[in-house]
Amino acid sequence: MPAGNRIEPASAPSEAYGAAVNASAPAPSPLVVRDLTIAYRRRPVLWDVDLAATDGVITGIVGPNGAGKSTLLKGVLDLVPRVSGSVSIYGKPYRQQRRLVAYVPQRESVDWDYPVSALDLVAMGLYRSLGWLRPVRRATREAARAAMDLVGMADYAGRQISELSGGQQQRLFLARALAQDPQIYFMDEPFAGVDAATERAIVKLLQRLRGAGKSVFVVHHDLQTVRSYFDDLLMLNLRVVAHGPVAEVFTNDNLQKTYGGRLTLLDQAVDALGRGPGGRGRSE
Amino acid sequence: MSWTYLDTGIVVVAAVSAMACALIGSFLVLRRMSMMGDAISHAVLPGIAAAFLVMLSRDTAVILVGAALAGVLTAAFTQLIHQAGNVDRGAAMGVVFTTMFAVGLILIVRSADSVHIDVHTVFYGAVELTPLDDIAVAGVRLPRALLILAAVFAADLTFVLLLFKELNLTSFDADFARAIGFNSRLIHYALMVMVAVTIVAAFESVGSILVIAMLIVPGVVASLFTRRLWSLLLAGQAVALLCAVGGHVTAITVPRWFGFSDTSTAGMMTVVAGVVVAAALVAAPERGLAARALHRARVALAVGREDLLVELMRVEERGGPPVGGRELVREESSRIAGRSTRVDRTVALLVERLRGRVRSGVGGYRLTAAGRRLATGLLRSHRLWESYLFAQGDTAVGEVHFAAHQLEHVTSAGMRADLARGAGATDPHGRPIPDAPDADAGDHSPAGC
Repeated sequence: MPAGNRIEPASAPSEAYGAAVNASAPAPSPLVVRDLTIAYRRRPVLWDVDLAATDGVITGIVGPNGAGKSTLLKGVLDLVPRVSGSVSIYGKPYRQQRRLVAYVPQRESVDWDYPVSALDLVAMGLYRSLGWLRPVRRATREAARAAMDLVGMADYAGRQISELSGGQQQRLFLARALAQDPQIYFMDEPFAGVDAATERAIVKLLQRLRGAGKSVFVVHHDLQTVRSYFDDLLMLNLRVVAHGPVAEVFTNDNLQKTYGGRLTLLDQAVDALGRGPGGRGRSE
Repeated sequence: MSWTYLDTGIVVVAAVSAMACALIGSFLVLRRMSMMGDAISHAVLPGIAAAFLVMLSRDTAVILVGAALAGVLTAAFTQLIHQAGNVDRGAAMGVVFTTMFAVGLILIVRSADSVHIDVHTVFYGAVELTPLDDIAVAGVRLPRALLILAAVFAADLTFVLLLFKELNLTSFDADFARAIGFNSRLIHYALMVMVAVTIVAAFESVGSILVIAMLIVPGVVASLFTRRLWSLLLAGQAVALLCAVGGHVTAITVPRWFGFSDTSTAGMMTVVAGVVVAAALVAAPERGLAARALHRARVALAVGREDLLVELMRVEERGGPPVGGRELVREESSRIAGRSTRVDRTVALLVERLRGRVRSGVGGYRLTAAGRRLATGLLRSHRLWESYLFAQGDTAVGEVHFAAHQLEHVTSAGMRADLARGAGATDPHGRPIPDAPDADAGDHSPAGC
């Protein structure tokens, strides 16, 4: 299956290019980031990030802890203030494109003892389309049920979320995103702490989304699976180290640059920025 | 106990205050910011004082606006200190509300000596006096406090019903809410306004101690019993009602049993609230102490019963004689069940006899055919695990028994089938692995886990 899919992009670009020429418009990019800098208390977490993502592929985002992977997603989604830079989703700011985007936060970011059923959690994905003050309706629940079915969780609709395993909770988060029926997915470590069966199910789902022309961005930790899971790869460590097709950028050299100690000077400078000129505050 | 219309009035006022606090306070509990209730209930003081100084009026509306502003300021300052100073949220709240409370006291003492604010009343309220201050509404004389409280309760109810979806979403996952375009911060501050207004309205009648208790206790108790937001809110209302009625009834009865006069209703309500929390911690289903102890006992019994069967099976395998009761009933420790005592084992033996898996005969106990079937399955699990663990290579031969002894209790027929793949005819100790009993499809349920 992956081999079959790898052939498609090779032939697809020429068609896409032809279409673009006919429409006399450049091929749209699902995500363009320009000069994005984000800082927590002056210490930059992301610095001068520039990228233009490929449409309709699965892009992996890797980098060491604290490299700014989650922050990049949050910056794109306006969840953290930017020091500078801009983000556009298919050519427009995120605020105008919300209906095209779904966000799958880290599983640990919420309290799983919260009193809500699996179905109601998934239904939250449809709240944007309901709008303010409108109550959840039967049709909303049915759409949520359909989304649960896509991740094999239909039998768990009435369960309280704390009764589910980590893998099942992760599937609910994915179902909530699927319920939004977006064009672009931003997933923050969807494979963290899930069982092997769930991991396989998620991979299959990602491939189905790509087959349907969606763009998927996945923050990822396991370098072993990078080649088999992703089309494009973004290697991040405070700045963009490399970005492009996995086959081109997933090299030892780039891994060394991303994870190795080459950036120590820059790290020191960044720490110093956090302390301020001449400051001797703690460096976190 | 003599009950008059005054008592009815007191209970109704207390109940409405408690229910209003419970409704809005449950969201503080859900959002893990229960301390905010404490903080705002102190921090509203400068708001009230400032509102009075500016407007020169003790009008309720003026006071409520002042309180609402103070509530928003408390939340905003807390956020500011939390972020700018890298201080944890609880500490930030502590700094903000003590400072604001102190400022409020100074404002009152310096500029408003004539205002009647009695410290005693602030803490304990004067719910007993509320029925005396009444106004006529459509020919009926109602306590003034009740009218204010009813209006605030209605406002809380409207707020929660209208924004139920938004409150639910932002309480559960604020980041996701913002990502899909719901302004979590706006809802947060709106909630803080409602908290402040509710606190001030309830405060005058029942005092700050009870207000803090009623903001938190119903939500905490309800969360032990419920699994949905709406049922949690409803259960919270029931707890609030229980505290109000129970508090007043005990306030006018219990002290008399000991020859004292009546005590404060608000004080007693808080005591009742504490008792309710304690009772809920013990009695709550699944999450309560009693339920957990019961679960432990059940697991211990199940493990004890299974161990008993396997023990008899091993004796039978060696061709040994029936086992005496004294030997069978002894202490054992197991990592799953903790220690299984002689009592556990005695009960286990009794149950297995009643179920016809063990029979007593000359010289001691033996397995019946039914018992043998179950025991064979368990022994099979045990030895399959030993083989598996040994084959995996990370457990020494001497150690595999202890691990397998735990695992056999939680092994289903399906797992057994998986383990059987690649296993030989004997375990690492060279003892034969028994064949699957014919009832293997019937799967014994793993020891209550």
